[in-house]
Amino acid sequence: MEIVFWITAFVVIASAVGVVTMTNLIHSALLLALTMFGVAVLFVILAADFLAAVQVLVYVGAVMALVVFGVMILQRGPMNLSNMPSKHVLGGLFAAIATMGFLFWGLGSTEWPVSEAAPAATTVEPIAELLFTKYVVAFEVAGVLLTVAAIGAIILAKEVRAGD
Amino acid sequence: MISLTHYLVLAAVLFSIGLFGVITKRNAIAILMGIELMLNAVNINLVAFSRFIEPSDVVGQVFAVFIIVVAAAEVAVGLAIIIALARARQTIDAEELHLLKW
Repeated sequence: MEIVFWITAFVVIASAVGVVTMTNLIHSALLLALTMFGVAVLFVILAADFLAAVQVLVYVGAVMALVVFGVMILQRGPMNLSNMPSKHVLGGLFAAIATMGFLFWGLGSTEWPVSEAAPAATTVEPIAELLFTKYVVAFEVAGVLLTVAAIGAIILAKEVRAGD
Repeated sequence: MISLTHYLVLAAVLFSIGLFGVITKRNAIAILMGIELMLNAVNINLVAFSRFIEPSDVVGQVFAVFIIVVAAAEVAVGLAIIIALARARQTIDAEELHLLKW
């Protein structure tokens, strides 16, 4: 089990670094899919089987398809220069390292109340139960949000003119 | 044994890489990819907390489900905005999109 975590962690970090350093946008997109898949493997190790399936379906499937279609529609000019860094590389490096240090300091100085209990054998039923009882309002709001986002995306991408 | 801290460190590193991408990329789609990395890092955190601090309860995973919903909506609207921008300004280079700057 340990070796699976280390291999997955290495793949996730290495491909995430690839996403932000590649100068070809399609390479970045494919490495992003690999990162998402690695996160799904982490969810399996963490006994979150339902979330792992959702991660593969929504991120590796839907979100990546959307991003690749976006690249296909929008990209002009040579592909190997499509993802160049801006002039803010040093500032970005400083911000990223500062954030990382701050997060490390926070999680190093916190006493986590770790429990040794066994995880739930199956997660689909408990998640469904929570979604439709305790968090039913949030669930409905999420449904409304998705509907609004879908309609808004169509209107934004289609361009509605005054008089239409 | 892999502990909670391992996952938290991994998520912190992933979050910082995503932040680096958001700040340093010129292409608007690449900026969107950086935001996706950051949201994924948060999901790792929530699921790890759910597994190690309250293993019999799945509240952390329910939160992760909501974050995935919001991330999906964010990508759809974000790409639509980028398409509208590309139509109006003929570019998606973040350095040339400075309408609010003078």
